[in-house]
Amino acid sequence: MTLADAAQRTTRPKRRGPARPAGRPRRMGSAVLELVVLLAVAAVLLAPVVWMIMTSFKTTNDTFAVPPKLFFTPTLEHYQAIIQDGTVPRALLNSVIVAVASTLLAIVLGVPAAYALARFDFRGKRDLWFWFISNRFLLPIAVALPFYLLGRNLALLDTHLVLVLVYLTFNVPLVIWLCVDQFRAITRDIEEAAYVDGLGVYGTFRRIALPLAAPGIAVAAILCFIFSWNEFLFALVLTRDAAKTAPVEAANFMTGFGIRWGPMMATGTLIVLPIIVFAGVLSKRLVKGLTMGAGK
Amino acid sequence: MTRHTAEQTVGATRGTTPVAPAVAGRRRRPKGRRLRSAYRLPALLMLGPAVIALLAVGIYPAFFAVNMSLHSVQLTKPYLGTPFVGLANYATVLGDPLFWGALGRTAIFFLITVPIELVAGIALALLLDGTRWQRLAGVVRILVVLPLAVTPTVVGLVGRLLFNRDFGVVNWMLGLVGLGPVSWLGEPIPAMVSIALTDVWQWTPFFALVALGGLTMVPTEVTEAVRLETNSRWQMLRHAQLPYLLPGIAAVLIIRTIDVVKLFDMVFTLTRGGPGVSTELISLYVQRIGFRVFDMGVASAQAVILLVLSILIAQLYVRFVYREVEA
Repeated sequence: MTLADAAQRTTRPKRRGPARPAGRPRRMGSAVLELVVLLAVAAVLLAPVVWMIMTSFKTTNDTFAVPPKLFFTPTLEHYQAIIQDGTVPRALLNSVIVAVASTLLAIVLGVPAAYALARFDFRGKRDLWFWFISNRFLLPIAVALPFYLLGRNLALLDTHLVLVLVYLTFNVPLVIWLCVDQFRAITRDIEEAAYVDGLGVYGTFRRIALPLAAPGIAVAAILCFIFSWNEFLFALVLTRDAAKTAPVEAANFMTGFGIRWGPMMATGTLIVLPIIVFAGVLSKRLVKGLTMGAGK
Repeated sequence: MTRHTAEQTVGATRGTTPVAPAVAGRRRRPKGRRLRSAYRLPALLMLGPAVIALLAVGIYPAFFAVNMSLHSVQLTKPYLGTPFVGLANYATVLGDPLFWGALGRTAIFFLITVPIELVAGIALALLLDGTRWQRLAGVVRILVVLPLAVTPTVVGLVGRLLFNRDFGVVNWMLGLVGLGPVSWLGEPIPAMVSIALTDVWQWTPFFALVALGGLTMVPTEVTEAVRLETNSRWQMLRHAQLPYLLPGIAAVLIIRTIDVVKLFDMVFTLTRGGPGVSTELISLYVQRIGFRVFDMGVASAQAVILLVLSILIAQLYVRFVYREVEA
């Protein structure tokens, strides 16, 4: 739990009183309007994703039906097709490998750095911190061009490694941002006591600080996974076949003769499913990752 | 010390963290020097790998791009070598109407989408915060996260389905009210509207959630005080709520500016920049020059120009938004 959450939790009961304070009558009309708008918003938010999932279970004929079919006999043919074909499962596997590896590497590199930034005082600390964070704002296309040439020279193109490395440009700053915050929330006294007790700097970090910061590190890891999983530009230009990730494979359905909507939507569904689960788990924290804390 | 007490202490002191470091720092000043030298090696070992990694994958490629931008690098004509051409690539870029066109379209796209997202986002936040249907609002709060997380590449593909001229849902709904059919992806202006609408779907929640975060910070006393004065929602927004919304909104505006310059995946799968170049935003244009025309020199010059632009925005962002954090 973070400070902001705690603040929200304590203030909410007060603000959400049983009803509006007296002297502020509301007409029935506005209440109904609010209800309609809320329902409409919910529908708009859900519709594209629901439509994708539905289309993935429709026969090709049903997909082309006018007016669009809300009720239809579901079929698994598209899922069977993409599984039999084998390229989509392989791309999903590539995505898992790249996202997990890059997340782990970003955690291993970023967490100790975040701890040092949170705990030790040294000259230029502020600038170093700024520099870490500003890496998040590098333009992907500006990194992709040289990475392509470098990767070509080093025979790294179309490998998992090249994606794992290039994803560090956005994952490490994210981990550092979130974890510096997390380590700062731990009081120094505990760590100093541990240090005096003879745990040493590394022991204090490993045995005291890490376990206490674990929830924040987990959030950072999930966010890294989501961003790596969703990444498209680097994967498009740095891989060709062997290391191709799922979003690139999904985009491939656009080329060739006529779009195969069913398999394409089935692939999209498989890509989005784990993300929906993670987003549900994180909910509020996701925004924190997207704003790098600006919205807190 | 046992871990049990450690956790208790953390829980108890968390609320006072902004104050604690300053106090502790002042108290420890006398023995600070001894601690510092003891921590020097660990600090180096902990920071070193992250610094080296980011230098290698972020900074080195950026310098490589600067170097490339000063040479002629035609990947399809390796026999030409890579002669040094000075600033010729930059001259080419700055004199290239297509580059300015792409930059202009990016600006137009920004000017269409961000104001809508801003207003709709704040409106949605106010509704979610103030509605009497709090249970439903709680559900919507969770749903709002969905567009932010969904893979943009897939969003573009689904957009293709929804905006399809012949069997897309959008045209079907327009047909119900007697409009259309519109060739959404086949004509320049509708295509721009399609990518803008898709972007609004995906990013309005961002503004809404940040605004919601701001609204929960408004102290009850302030809203009560305003309520005694007036019944007007507008007055409430202006005098009580807006001051708490502005910092977050400012940050999101800057982030969105960088995001629009970066935007690639959703547009790539929805329109591929077409028809013609009518939706080719700047990142798509640079990608096309680099990876379809394979003129890496010119593409690098473009990327470097954009990089400088985004670093300026990022600096603005980091200095402006994070000042209080580091203080």
